[in-house]
Amino acid sequence: MNTTAPTNQKSRSLFLTLVRFRELSIIIFILLLIGVVALNTPAFLTIENFRNILLNISILVIVALGQMMVIITRGIDLSVSSIIGLVAMMVSFTVVAFPGVSPLAALLLGMLLGAILGSFNGVIITAGKVPPIIATLGTLSIYRGMVFLYSGGTWINSFEMPDGYRALAKASPLGLPNIILFAIAIAIIVYIFLNHTRPGRDIYAVGSNPDAANVAGIPVQRTLFMVYVISGLLAGLAAVLWASRFESAQTNTALGFELQTVAAAVVGGVNIFGGSGSVIGVVLGAFLLGTIDYALILMQISPFWQLAAQGLLILVAVIVDSAIRRRLQRLGGAGEF
Amino acid sequence: MTTIHEENNKLTPQPKRRSLDFFLRWEWLLVALIIVVILVNSQLSPYFLNLRNMMRATSDYMEMGLMMLPMVFIIITGNIDLSVASTLAMCASLLGYLHIQGVNIWIAALAALLLGVLGGALNGYLIARVKLPALVVTLGTYAFYRGIAYGLLGDQAATGYPPAFTFLGQGTLGAIRFPLSAVLFIICAIIFGLVLHKFTFGRYLYAIGNSEEAVRYSGVSVARVKMIIFILSGFMSALAGVVIAARFGSTRPDVGTGLELSVITATVLGGINIFGGSGTMIGAILALLLIGLMRFGMGLVNVQGQVQSIAIGLLLIFSILLPNAARQLSRRGLQIQRGTAVSALVMLALGGFFIWFFFWSRIPVLNQ
Repeated sequence: MNTTAPTNQKSRSLFLTLVRFRELSIIIFILLLIGVVALNTPAFLTIENFRNILLNISILVIVALGQMMVIITRGIDLSVSSIIGLVAMMVSFTVVAFPGVSPLAALLLGMLLGAILGSFNGVIITAGKVPPIIATLGTLSIYRGMVFLYSGGTWINSFEMPDGYRALAKASPLGLPNIILFAIAIAIIVYIFLNHTRPGRDIYAVGSNPDAANVAGIPVQRTLFMVYVISGLLAGLAAVLWASRFESAQTNTALGFELQTVAAAVVGGVNIFGGSGSVIGVVLGAFLLGTIDYALILMQISPFWQLAAQGLLILVAVIVDSAIRRRLQRLGGAGEF
Repeated sequence: MTTIHEENNKLTPQPKRRSLDFFLRWEWLLVALIIVVILVNSQLSPYFLNLRNMMRATSDYMEMGLMMLPMVFIIITGNIDLSVASTLAMCASLLGYLHIQGVNIWIAALAALLLGVLGGALNGYLIARVKLPALVVTLGTYAFYRGIAYGLLGDQAATGYPPAFTFLGQGTLGAIRFPLSAVLFIICAIIFGLVLHKFTFGRYLYAIGNSEEAVRYSGVSVARVKMIIFILSGFMSALAGVVIAARFGSTRPDVGTGLELSVITATVLGGINIFGGSGTMIGAILALLLIGLMRFGMGLVNVQGQVQSIAIGLLLIFSILLPNAARQLSRRGLQIQRGTAVSALVMLALGGFFIWFFFWSRIPVLNQ
């Protein structure tokens, strides 16, 4: 106990509680961005726009949550974009060939295929002892090549798809488009999984210190295998939603999307060296990326400069975040989960 | 234990090499693979051993090679640069933009090189001084630099470069039509190879990859070394951008999309440890040659470019997986536990199901 004045101590502890909330910096950043855009374009602050942003980021949230679990274990999954491309193509071919397949069955099929592709990653990484970045860099090419091999260069158009399949992502029987509800449901499930189940806690343990986790009797290899299966499964789910939302499956579906998922996770405060990261952070990270995209369109910045502005803002977000984190660490070890 | 930990163990100082080890080096395996690829391909296609064809195909890989040289430096220090292909596009687009504005082509090329240095310096500053992870920084500049390329050129393509300039990318030497860009690559490769293996600077790179702390305590400015290698990477990517603009005779902002992953694939296949600390320049160059010969051969027998990448991906994975498995076997022998056997059977069943579904489900639509 020190002897500073009680009021001072109280305000200091309030400050520390606030800053311990790791996602604070990103919330501030989002609010600043929204403020700047709103000053510029008052029409920005509508429910409609908010809904559109959520619609745009739903798929990103689903895949980025899988990516987060992989990154927490000190790995990375670069193959998610190719898994999306391959599964979207395979499921779309299947529903076109068998229009009687229910949309729900298509969704389950997508998750199964995604999980199998993820399990290949898992085997290569755990049994084959190949570093994750190399293994998934390899499967990134392999799965993308398989899209071409599978489709022979053809694609599935909107008019070929059954109505139920197209409605899967966009229908809104519960007031919000299904795709947003899927993202919310996945976020809640992943939150409960990571924070309230043993395998979920094991992911953090393995990421913080693999040796200690091993000594503590945590099945390290099994946990690593699991995160790649989950990442693949979520990418498979996202693939079906992607095909349904954009009403097509092409050979270049989701090309380059892997780096967006990593960006959402990193902007959302997931430590790239493993051990920490939260569902709320990743959702906010994806929301920030979505807001940036949407704001640039609203502010009528030339579409050709949008990518540059997006990249610049990602850099700024990461720099601001690290500056805040460093200040916090100096204040007394706060800021880490 | 995790993969990462295994890899870290490898970084501890190794006992003195025996003479046998010289032949067990990664580079010899690459040489063997190259010979196999040449033998197989020359059987498959009569056009494979045509020198002129081969020389023409060579220039497709020289831009990749120019970017690979500094990537070897960067990965040896345990860092990574995802922004190389975007830097290439940014610099090639600036060159095209200035050319459209009527600027002299050589001044435009100089400006492009300068922009590359600036781009590399921004990466280097954020990584070395602000101390952000290289993966994160270059992921950001990957989008930023590509965005600048789009901002400069929009949806138009810059064309109409003077012949003196396009000669840089399309020109050849002698009767065998040795590409000029290959000469440029060879000169750069020799310089980078010498710096890596014969100069103090190269020793610093390995040392940083093995233990950054130790290097810092021995009084070397790690930040400055990192700054230099990222500036080099920016410069070489810009040079590759100038060469690719000259080779195509035009520039579009999407030039070289996805090339960063090919560059990293070649580097890693060349035996450069992705966690830093080991690898040789000759290995990386052999890997580039291997990838080039494989793609060239597959192209001759009409395998689509995208399907070719399946082979490259498999090669990348097995190049790490097989030596690991062999080491495991020689250390412990073949022990199969019941759990392992069950898992293996489950994986085989899943893989079998996937392959069956893959070929079965595509038939109805393709037959329509």
